[in-house]
Amino acid sequence: MYRYDDYDQAIVDARVEEFRDQTRRRLAGELTEDQFKPLRLMNGLYLQLHAYMLRVAIPYGTLSGRQMRMLAHIARTYDKDYGHFTTRQNLQYNWIKLADAPDILAQLATVEMHAIQTSGNCIRNISSDQYAGAAADEVEDPRPWAELLRQWSTFHPEFIFLPRKFKIAVVACEEDRTAVKLHDIGLQIHRNENGEAGFRVFVGGGMGRTPMIAPVIREFLPKENLISYLEACLRVYNRFGRRDNMYKARIKILVHELGADEYRRQVEEEFLHTQTLGLDAPAEEYARIAAGFAPPTFETDLPNEIDRSDPDFALWLDSQVAAHKAPGYAIVNISLKPIHGIPGDASSAQIDLMAELAETYSFDELRITHAQNVVLPHVKKSDLYAIWQKLDAAGIGTANLDLISDIIACPGLDYCSLANARSIPVAQKIAQRFADFERQRDLGELKIKISGCINACGHHHAGHIGILGVDRKGEENYQLSFGGSGAEDASLARIIGPGFSEDGVVDAVEKAVTVYKSLRSDGERFLDTYRRVGDAPFKEAIYG
Amino acid sequence: MGDLIRFRDDETHEEPAVTLDSFLEQANATTVRLEPTDDPRALIPYLDRLSLIEVSFPKFRDGRGFSTGAILREAGYAGELRAAGDILVDQINPLRRCGFDAILSEAEIDRDVLAKLGGLYEDVYQKTVDGRAPLWARRNAGTHG
Repeated sequence: MYRYDDYDQAIVDARVEEFRDQTRRRLAGELTEDQFKPLRLMNGLYLQLHAYMLRVAIPYGTLSGRQMRMLAHIARTYDKDYGHFTTRQNLQYNWIKLADAPDILAQLATVEMHAIQTSGNCIRNISSDQYAGAAADEVEDPRPWAELLRQWSTFHPEFIFLPRKFKIAVVACEEDRTAVKLHDIGLQIHRNENGEAGFRVFVGGGMGRTPMIAPVIREFLPKENLISYLEACLRVYNRFGRRDNMYKARIKILVHELGADEYRRQVEEEFLHTQTLGLDAPAEEYARIAAGFAPPTFETDLPNEIDRSDPDFALWLDSQVAAHKAPGYAIVNISLKPIHGIPGDASSAQIDLMAELAETYSFDELRITHAQNVVLPHVKKSDLYAIWQKLDAAGIGTANLDLISDIIACPGLDYCSLANARSIPVAQKIAQRFADFERQRDLGELKIKISGCINACGHHHAGHIGILGVDRKGEENYQLSFGGSGAEDASLARIIGPGFSEDGVVDAVEKAVTVYKSLRSDGERFLDTYRRVGDAPFKEAIYG
Repeated sequence: MGDLIRFRDDETHEEPAVTLDSFLEQANATTVRLEPTDDPRALIPYLDRLSLIEVSFPKFRDGRGFSTGAILREAGYAGELRAAGDILVDQINPLRRCGFDAILSEAEIDRDVLAKLGGLYEDVYQKTVDGRAPLWARRNAGTHG
């Protein structure tokens, strides 16, 4: 993993002092809430329904056991003994006191962590593939580029008051585990016809009230031009993105209104200029950062066989463990979706346990996924049984990866001041309805995503089944949509018909699943069947 | 009116700034005021004769002026570049990184806070028009002095 040098540490430490003074000025009344708001937001501090919420960045979703333990320590000391992992590889604390925030940031800084730009109209935490460095099919590890972008975007003076927030993801596989086309900028490392690796650049994707799949704005960008090209992309957006209406301020609207061709033309024109400014870090700097992501020293001649004699373990194995590029190793997905739990929540004790498992079994590395789960990226197959036993004892041994109960849900009206409806109870009721794991496994991959308002933090547009909570005449009402995907086959879900009550939407999901079971052909997922047969049979079953 | 802070040694320019349209119609104006929607590159043929470019910040959340300033400095403008309007003390450092060397704030700027903020960050990650060496250059000084 990349470790801070003295320069990185000094910048994060300075940020703590800067924020401490901003907080002091606010508490002393020298700053109005209106003036303080953009400052605290740029440090991940939101005022929610009941308390302040602090969003901590986990850059590209990678962290060490020590960092994970600090997250547990903060949850225990300053919050209610748990944290919430988000769809952007961040961790949120829901019950923070403003006066404590500077101390929390100071403690995070001791383990090379921060909350810089986890909110506000600036470049947010750079996200990446949770299997980076472990997947067999990646062109290269995308994280050195993500770290280069973390540094470039940190306090970038030109881009801290953008029209709206700005999210960047970096991947290096064709298989997409990051929803790369649903980001403001998605960068996909691939090889051109000459075998050289470079970036395919998607611009203008996103969810929210106007979901868009990003068009390719540049098919191949030489790696050494990454910064100067992104400066051009961002500058065109900063100058011409809409500022008259916050709901039309994301870059997807600019790209859509200009058209991809015209946006591309403007970026290329600006890029001709930005290339002359010497903005790109030299190869030596990339090499310095990449050295921090050197693969661990994998043991050779390890056994590939796994003892499957414990049936519960075998089920977990089939569900949660993915292939690793090194023989004898595996990737472990830890589900934060127990049937009666809150999607993405983990207690301090569970966070500590995951830290311990990483230290003992996974070269001291953990990953956070956009589906709100945790990954141990480099585990010996011979250790899997021991790991499963410990996870199971701690209540995080659920075997439901990508199944119907592995639900993405935003915090919703239980926490969020923007929400119109609760998300968590809907997720819990669906999980309980399908609690029988045999039934879940029979249904196969089925991604349900729930948002409590139109801002779509729960990715409902990208759900095989998407659920959007709205307020209808003071009542929570849930709209159901089908056919979305955040993966390499990205698509946007379509609303099936009128909305439902909380219990009604659970019934409707069950009816849809029954239709799928009756119509599916061999090997078809829910999404495949829906794409093949269309809305009609589902509508008939739900509303007929 | 407002609180003027200058980070340059020459005399304050007294001629009132005119709009971009007025400036382009006049043969000898030396000051201009740019609104967020104005294209700073329209001034490129005249940068030598300009001694003050005032860039308007109607609301502190409107960050277009940051790009305006950077574009003008990248084009070689060397006169006074003044950010004018609704500006927070916490924005002054980034404004300076984008080439601004004068601030005309509607509200009074707390000099103590400004001084404290000014000394916080020794290093910067990005290369901008302010001439500071970015960290990637400092870290690799052996190859990139």
